[in-house]
Amino acid sequence: MTTTLLERSVVQPVRLGIVDCDIHPVMRAPTDILEFLPQRWRQHIASFGARASRPFLTAIPYPRMTPGNGVRMDAWPPNGGPPGSDLDFMRSHHLDANGIEFGILQPLAAGSQTLDQDLGAAMCTAINEWQLARWIGPEPRLKGSLCVTQEDPDAAIAEMERHAGNRAFVQIAVPPRTIEPFGRRRYWKLIAAAVEHDLPIGLHSAAYGPHANSGTGWLSYYIEEHFAFAFSLQTVVASLVMEGVFERFPTLKIVAIEGGFAWVPPLMWRLDKHWHRMRAEVPHVKRPPSEYIREHVWYTTQPVEEPERSADILDTIRWIGADRLMFSTDYPHWDYDDPNYAFKAPLDEATRKLIFRDNARAVYRLS
Amino acid sequence: MMPASRLRYNDSVGGRASTILGAEAQVTLPHQGAIDCDIHPAVPGTKVLLPFMDEFWQDAIQNRNIDRLELASYPPGAPLSGRPDWRTQAGNPGSDLAQLRAQALDHFGLSHAICNCLYGAQAVYDQELGRVLCRAINDWIAKEWLDREPRLKSSIVVSLMNPELAAEEIERLAGDRRFVQVLVLAMGEMPLGRQFYWPIYRAAERHGLPIGIHAGGMVRHAPTQAGFPSYLVEDYVGQTQGFSAQLLSFVAEGVFVKFPGLKVVLIESGVTWLPSLMWRFTKDWRGVRPEVPWVKEPPAAIIREHVRLTIQPLDGPPDAADVERIVDQLGSDDMLLFATDYPHWQFDGDDVLPPGLPARLHEKIMIDNPLATYPRLKEAKQ
Repeated sequence: MTTTLLERSVVQPVRLGIVDCDIHPVMRAPTDILEFLPQRWRQHIASFGARASRPFLTAIPYPRMTPGNGVRMDAWPPNGGPPGSDLDFMRSHHLDANGIEFGILQPLAAGSQTLDQDLGAAMCTAINEWQLARWIGPEPRLKGSLCVTQEDPDAAIAEMERHAGNRAFVQIAVPPRTIEPFGRRRYWKLIAAAVEHDLPIGLHSAAYGPHANSGTGWLSYYIEEHFAFAFSLQTVVASLVMEGVFERFPTLKIVAIEGGFAWVPPLMWRLDKHWHRMRAEVPHVKRPPSEYIREHVWYTTQPVEEPERSADILDTIRWIGADRLMFSTDYPHWDYDDPNYAFKAPLDEATRKLIFRDNARAVYRLS
Repeated sequence: MMPASRLRYNDSVGGRASTILGAEAQVTLPHQGAIDCDIHPAVPGTKVLLPFMDEFWQDAIQNRNIDRLELASYPPGAPLSGRPDWRTQAGNPGSDLAQLRAQALDHFGLSHAICNCLYGAQAVYDQELGRVLCRAINDWIAKEWLDREPRLKSSIVVSLMNPELAAEEIERLAGDRRFVQVLVLAMGEMPLGRQFYWPIYRAAERHGLPIGIHAGGMVRHAPTQAGFPSYLVEDYVGQTQGFSAQLLSFVAEGVFVKFPGLKVVLIESGVTWLPSLMWRFTKDWRGVRPEVPWVKEPPAAIIREHVRLTIQPLDGPPDAADVERIVDQLGSDDMLLFATDYPHWQFDGDDVLPPGLPARLHEKIMIDNPLATYPRLKEAKQ
């Protein structure tokens, strides 16, 4: 169709000073973390590994399609190491080239999903120290996500205290694939601490977790698993609303990361409809779910859904609210969204400013 | 607020629920003779099923107290499970044929309604028990509902614990043209596209029977990637994750490549989540299609060709103009099927057609699409 082709060829040069809400810093080698771990845990990992709820000790359960666990072919640093591991190359290849004013790091190294809870806490501490030493210390454009053990709230709170007031960390990071839905009371202590530290909680899609990736069991292929990332974020949003978490913590900010966003409007409509019908079950939920969601939840955009009629995404943005979306690239992963091409439909200037810069600046208090 | 239709029943006739409805109470829908693709007769208990099984199983059912198999997905007292004015004096909602006839078939002027029986036979673990219970439900439906009311058609309920046995049950009933579909639940042991289940699809395709996937689960896994949600309302809202996973699975495993004549009907699934699934799934397919090289068409095109959805609930936006937009985003006029979801409480009064459904689609949704989806209904029309 001619119109579609024309829309797809629209290049929208973005020179706003972008905030990229999903950049993955990577270790040069998996052993890099050992440098930040006490001797006891180095020995433990050498003997027993860092076990998590997945079939393989280190490999991701659903193999990706490109070398390096699914990374952009052009993101391999010329001086060696895997994509995302070389700060200088990340600067020239991504931050400078795309005019990234701020980038929010999302370390995917385990810790929060390590089964041994003491090891998990030590790994979270190590990953946070590694972010400080290798990334957010040397490069002020980059901001850290404070990795914590959501299943062990005391350890998580201790980690928050350790970095209290350090504005290099701009959010608390936990995976959406938790043992129980994230709104349940076992997580309230952690949520209360995040609110107290005035930090949003960012939940980034995870490649494995303690439960099947669908309610009907394990899917077979990566193409299914990749889609199912959105399920985990839907569960987070529904659970926080229905458990009354937003009533209890009226200043809580939640960021749903790397799940796309076109699923949000239908989820809000469905929640509202069936809450209205069954609200006697959840008397602590005082208002329609969509009202809480509009006030408390933000979404990073990647992977931007691509309707066949590009302009349909504008309806989606209108239904969610342009003030809720925060641009992200997912650099250096294969499904990276380029700021110049991510949106196939033309956004008006006010919307572009909100999505590419201003929403994230406000949520993360960047300046 | 009391639903309008309830007021009308009481004003016009009064008296027992099963006899209250005269022709004057029939609602005026845009088209007469709508086909209701989701109606729920309730099994009162395993006692009524005993005549449809052999002595060994009659003994077993009674000695082992195998009864009260209502699915946890639908507690009979929950608002979802029975609209206030559609509840019965005694028994679970949907257990009274006369009432169903008056409140659904007559009231909405239906030409046909497809019975989707949600009793928990599909969720038992023992494959023999599952087979026996499903078989008994199918025979009970035929005798107690289909024989007594010619407008009713039915789905064949099958246990998924052993697909060969399920295929046998389909073969056993395929000659009875009043059975128009095979019914399974949205969340089971494994994603439905797996080759393990293909004997069912082979039999269904051979006999022109769509696979109906209804909301509800066997609870073999936590319904979410983060375990069990606390509330029924969360569980119900989250059913869309199960439906989504089944669509991913049907397409990615190549079921429609192997069985090109197969149709899948998502029943009581909600509708508005589907466009976003098609967008995302198609984008992912463009990126990683070498993983599933047998999937040669964009997933959105495959879904439009093979997948249908009932309209209750629609889960639409509050504004009717936005409903029209999201329905338009399905990208096909052939996908939506009329349903009341009787006696489940999805709408009040006579608002069975959600506001915003474009009038030009009414006849397709109410009559043409169901006839195209269920070829056996065309035979009944002739």
